[in-house]
This record gives sequence, structure tokens and C-alpha cells, in this order.
Amino acid sequence: MQTSSVNGRSVTAFLVSAMLAPLPTFAQSVPAPVPQSEVFTREQIGHALAKPTPDVGRAAPSSANAPRDDGQWSMPSKNYAATRFSSLTEISPTTAKKLQPVFTFSLAVNKGQEAAPIVVGNTMYIVTAYPNIVYALDLTRPGAPLKWRFSPQPVPASQGVACCDVVNRGGTVSDGKFIFTTLDGQVIAIDVNTGRSVWRTQLGNINKGESITMAPLVAKGRVYVGNSGGELGVRGWLTALDEKDGKVVWRAYNAGPDADVLISSQFKPFYSGDKGTDLGVTTWPTDAWKIGGSTAWGWVNYDAELDSIYYGSGNPGPWNAEQRPGDNKWTAGMFSRDPATGQARWFYQFSPHDEHDYDGVNEQILLDMPFAGKMQKVMVHPDRNGYLYVINRSTGQVLSADPYGPVNSTKGVDLATGRPIINPEKETKVGVQVRNICPTASGAKDWNPSSFSPRTGLLYIPHENMCMDWMNVAVSYIAGTPYVGADVHMKPGPGGNRGVLTAWDPVRRRPAWEVKENFPVWSGTVVTAGDVVFYGTMDGWFKAANARTGAALWRFKVDSGIVGQPISYRGPDGHQYVAVLSGVGGWAGAVVSGPVDRRDGAAAIGMVSAMSDLPKYSTAGGTLYVFSLPR
Amino acid sequence: MSSRFLVNSGGSPIKCVGLTLLLLSGCETGARPSAPGAQSTPVAPATPVAAAEPIYRGVVDTALAPAGRNLTTIDPRAAKYYDNPEAVKVGKFLFSSMNCAGCHTNGGGGMAPSLLDNQWIYGGRLEQIHQTLVEGRPNGMPAWGGVLPDDQLWNLAAYVRSMSLPETLAAQGSGNPSQSPAPVPRAVDADTGWAAPAGTTNDYSETLKGPDGPQ
Repeated sequence: MQTSSVNGRSVTAFLVSAMLAPLPTFAQSVPAPVPQSEVFTREQIGHALAKPTPDVGRAAPSSANAPRDDGQWSMPSKNYAATRFSSLTEISPTTAKKLQPVFTFSLAVNKGQEAAPIVVGNTMYIVTAYPNIVYALDLTRPGAPLKWRFSPQPVPASQGVACCDVVNRGGTVSDGKFIFTTLDGQVIAIDVNTGRSVWRTQLGNINKGESITMAPLVAKGRVYVGNSGGELGVRGWLTALDEKDGKVVWRAYNAGPDADVLISSQFKPFYSGDKGTDLGVTTWPTDAWKIGGSTAWGWVNYDAELDSIYYGSGNPGPWNAEQRPGDNKWTAGMFSRDPATGQARWFYQFSPHDEHDYDGVNEQILLDMPFAGKMQKVMVHPDRNGYLYVINRSTGQVLSADPYGPVNSTKGVDLATGRPIINPEKETKVGVQVRNICPTASGAKDWNPSSFSPRTGLLYIPHENMCMDWMNVAVSYIAGTPYVGADVHMKPGPGGNRGVLTAWDPVRRRPAWEVKENFPVWSGTVVTAGDVVFYGTMDGWFKAANARTGAALWRFKVDSGIVGQPISYRGPDGHQYVAVLSGVGGWAGAVVSGPVDRRDGAAAIGMVSAMSDLPKYSTAGGTLYVFSLPR
Repeated sequence: MSSRFLVNSGGSPIKCVGLTLLLLSGCETGARPSAPGAQSTPVAPATPVAAAEPIYRGVVDTALAPAGRNLTTIDPRAAKYYDNPEAVKVGKFLFSSMNCAGCHTNGGGGMAPSLLDNQWIYGGRLEQIHQTLVEGRPNGMPAWGGVLPDDQLWNLAAYVRSMSLPETLAAQGSGNPSQSPAPVPRAVDADTGWAAPAGTTNDYSETLKGPDGPQ
């Protein structure tokens, strides 16, 4: 043995004594909730700026974008309007209590499973978190056995540039192909019959910090894909590919010169603050737009009525906003573009000069809605910054913006300028711990999508009730490493429940009902014509609630927490099924699925502080669950 | 060749029983690496070399020692970063300024693994952590060799090694961990070979004996 003693001291004795000594305990407990008095009420802000309109009637999905339900589920959003509404009625408030699992399937990946199962032609397609394995299950046979699997083998180093777990938000079936993205920046189309790739296109570069986690949108022969990496100083873009061969048709950057952003004479933003030349350069310090984030990792919609695409841009980088004075166009906002050319039509910025990581990438649902006495073509968008926006999709005008969660970082949205009214007390600074900022960095709501029922006219918003302490820290850009510059500690919002399911009435601009949850509701929702809304919780319950009242109807405990997107489909036997992936993770679940130590409250970019008790409730997992009524 | 790959081959003689198909260089007798094409010829008796002559063995990342050998490598360059309060202080500064904290936070991890738990995928001795910094690791750890001066990588390694020391953890208080890093004692990285896990009660004295007596 080469070294049996050091300086004459017995090494073994030293090691044993070190091992037996009681480990220091850190009791990293969940911080106390922020008091109610710290946040503004809905009446204090939203309604003060724009009085509730005396509108009556009901919102309806944009009909051209929500065609008649065929009982399948071909894209995560269900349809272009993104209603996530199933017309199936077998499962109802009366029958839901009899729901039972009919089959399960192990995904063999224990990371956050954020994808929606896809059902087309009596086959179910699932893409897992990294390493992004695709499974095809035959729904016509007992137990839905595997038809094929596809392993894209993304480069393992891509895990090192994924900010918030190694998730994937699902694929889409179109024209005989399953189209999905990989963490290392590929878009892949697989033949649904053979399970072999038709084409693969490499779009992202991990050495610049780029990854891809979003669900591609396929519409009119094009595939729309955006990059992730807003925490690594990437330059965000949306790229359109030809659905047939995967060739790039156009790419629009979300920052930089107009020529790169695809801004020209077609561009007609509603608000004056978005008018000018090369704002994507001039609203930044010199060259900061090149490493300024503004990714497109969320949801893309195609609007068949107006022949436009819509998507939100991500947070500006670094999070330390003092390093990037200016409005930082075109971050944290919504683009409308011409799908043929990518040319911008309008842009609206939810959070100019964002100081709190409020990405603008959450879902938008395309509705026809009465507003100020007449029907309007709108999108509703529950933003990370805490406001639910109703936006005219032709013009980009904000019709209303009401808080749907705790807010104190702003005092409302000025509808004359479109700008949020900044609360100076919650602006972030180097060397100062700014306490109790609401909402938290992950937003009053993150990526996980809402659903909309034309029967109730309500939007079912799965969201968070969290706040945070934040201190800016100077940070340097090193390609391929994080570019954040903030010390963040999250905490529960008023009342202590970290999650909420809110049924929101977009016409009357108020919640119809709310269900409180202990953990952030990080799953999507699906609502059915049986008036049942389904969602999952991070402690592993899959739940059904009455879509009209919120009353709990049924729940089932799965193997791990749920952060995926539930769906409902008609099986080959003609009966209604509900499917969801378990597997806790994502940003909020990283304390379970990730290599994270809960003794460090700032870990996982501040999320661990608020989620340190999750390991007591859930272990990592990754399983498909499918439910139906007994026969 | 970098000196960290040089290992003193002194120690007990080794058995090559059952290993004749393996490269000679793997045998304890300190054989020189086989010449190209040597695999096709019958294995010749190993040529002993002077006990003091080092052989190439790399930085060993496993406790599994074929033929009962202790494979611990000792890199003399690590020595000055032990028991060195300045090294962990400099390392802490670099950890923040080179964006290590962006993934590992204050050691609690996030995008990258926790460094507080004393669980090491690629080895936790100073020279192993240094090697990880130099070479990077396949699941997302960037390679910093040549990006930072080697001395700085050693300082970083010392800070990372310090994070899971009981002394450093105890200094956390109620704030972020790893803010007051304790120097790394030389003793924590000593390799004592295989030992019974602490807290077990069986008599392992026979287990520890190889076919030819205690190692």
C-alpha cells in the first residue's frame, strides 16, 4: 500500500472518525409564505386601469383553428387554436369517479416528462425527456404493445446546456411523420409506419449554449422550431423548415438588426415603443443583443383565419438587468409573422427590460370573444409576469391585462402604451437582496399549457403561487456556460399553497373558481365535453375536477409527480381514454429529477428553496398512464 | 509527458496469473508498454525495471483493482494545494467568475451535479477533480484545460474538494453553502485500499487477505 499514514497519523482512523461524526444539518425548510399584504389585489391594478367591460356572452374557439374533433390528438395543443378541448363525453362528473387505469408503460427515463402523448391512427406516440426516445404503441392490441422505438442518441454533452432539467414537450404527427426535437438541437421526422427517420436537421449548436426542448408546430407544410438557452447567452430564433425534407426555409432572430429579425415594411406594431429602425440593436448596450437570449422555447400557433403564426420570445440575458440597460427588443414579447416568409407583422412586449426572468413564451389560445360590445378575434395569453393578456390578433393591441396570480413587481399594464407600470421597490440590483418579489422567476405560470372549453367559456390555467428574493450578481459571458448573474431564492406566495388551478372567465375578466394545490401545478390541463378537467400534481396525483365548479371528482396516485400534458382520445373500441405521463422534473422538479442538493436553496436557479420538501412526496419516474371507465 | 501520469511502481510484487492475454504494461512488475504488434507474439516474461522508474498509468478513477493491486496515483503537483487556505479562497473566486456557479450554484447543483454530497462520479481526490476540470466530462462538463492556467485549475479543484468537507458544511449557517471553504487536509485524499464500510460488524480480516496474504 503506497500511503498508509500521513505525517505519522493513521489515515484510516481519520477517515472513520470523519464518517462517523454527525453531519451538520441544514434543515433547508420551505420559507414562510409571503404575506397577502405584499401583493396587489386584482382590483388595485388590472381593473383600475381598464374597468371591467360589461360584456356578456361567451368566448368561443376561433372556428377555423379548432375544427371538429376527430377523437385523435395529433399535436400537443390539440388544434391550431390550442384549446386542448376534447369533444368526448363518456367521462362526466357522474362517471368520473369510476375511472381506472387500463395500461401503463415505462418510459425508461427518470427525468421530467413534459410531453403530451400523441394519438393518431390507433397508435400512440411518446417522446421522452433526454435521451429523447420515441415510442409507438399499438392501441388496437391488449396492453398497447410497442410497435417500434426510435433512439436519436443526442450528444450527451447537451445535458450540460439544459437550464432546467432535460425535458421535451412533445412531438406532432403530420402526413405520416412523427416530428420532434432533440435536446442537442435536432429536428427529426420519423415515418410512423416504419419507425425510421425520413429526415434529420441539425439546428442548434450546444457550444453556443443552444438546446431545443419545445414541441414543434407543423402547419401548411412547414415545421416551426425555436431554440432554448436563455440562461446561456444564446441568441434566440424561430426557424421554419420544409415538412417534406427538413430544409430550412427561413430563420427569424428575436434580437439584432431588422434584417435578421425579418422586420420590413410589413411590420405594423400597435404601440409606438415598438416602432423604429433596428430596435433589436439600439435598445441594448453595444453588441449585447448577440448574447441576449430572447429564445423561442414555448408555443407556436398557426392562425388559419389570418394566415399568421404567433409565438412568444424568452427572457433577455443575463438575468442581471443592470448589465443590459434598455428595452431589450425583442425579448419577452409576442410576435406575429407571415408563415410564408417569416416577415414580422406585429410585436408586443410583455416585459420591456425584464428584470425578473419573465419569458413571454407561454401558450396563447385563439378565441372569438365579445369585447367592448363587439366580437373580436383575440388570443388569450397567461404570461409569466402575472397578467392574463387578451390581445387582438390582427393588430397586436392589448384589450385587457388582468393579474391571475400574485403580482407586485408591476402595478398594472398601461393600455395606452402597452407597458407594464414598474414597481420601483421590486427592481433588481447588484448587491441588494430585494425581498418578496411576486411573481417568481418561473412566473405566475410557466410553459405548462391551459385548456379552453367552448361549453363553459372558461380557460383552465394550471399555475403557480410563488414569490422570490433576488440579488443581482455581476456575470461574464463565456460561450457554452450559464449567463445568469442572479442569486435567487423562491418561496410560497400568499396563503402558502404553491400551486393553483384557476378557471378563468376571459369575458368577465375574473376567475370562476380556483383549486389550491400544495405544489406548483406544473402539468398542462385538458378539458372535455363531459365537463371534466384533468391535471396532475407534482406529488403524483392525477386529478379530475368538475369544469363548471372545480369540485374534485376523482384522483389516482401515480408513481411519480406529474409535469406532463394530459390528453383525451377515442380508442379503437370507440370509448374515451385519458392519458398522461408521470415523471416529476422540469425546473420546479429538478430537486428530485436532477443532480441537485437541497442544502443549497439557490440551486436550480433559486427553485430549490421553494421546493426542498418535494423529495418527501415524490421520487423520480417516467411512466405513461392511460385511464378509462370500466366496461 | 505530464508528470501527473507518472506513478511510482514500487510496492509488493504482483501476480499476473490469468492475465497473460492482457497487456504487459498492466502488470505490477512495471513492464514497459508492449511494442506495436506485440499482441501477436507469445507473451514474453516481463522485463523488470528499476523500482524507482515510474510507469504510465494515468489518473485512476476506480477503486476496483484487478489482481488485488492498489492503483492509487499520486500527482506531486497536487501537494501544495492541500492544507492551503489561499488555494480554496482563490478557487472560490474562480468558481464564481468562470461561471461554474451557473451550473453548480453554491455547490448544490442545478444544471450540473451537487458538489456538497461527497459523491464523485469521476473521483474526488484533488488530482481527479483537476483531471475532470482539464478534460471535461461527457454529460455536460466543459473541458477547461488550456482555457485557464493550470495553477488556477488546481485552486478550483481545491475549492470543489472543500465544499463537501464537514468543516466547510458546518460553516454554512443559515445562508448559502460553500461561502467559507476550509482548506483541504492531505489526509482526506489518502487511499487506504479496500476497507470494510464503517458501521458494519462482520470480521473482514479474512476478506482483506488475498490468496497470498494481506495486501
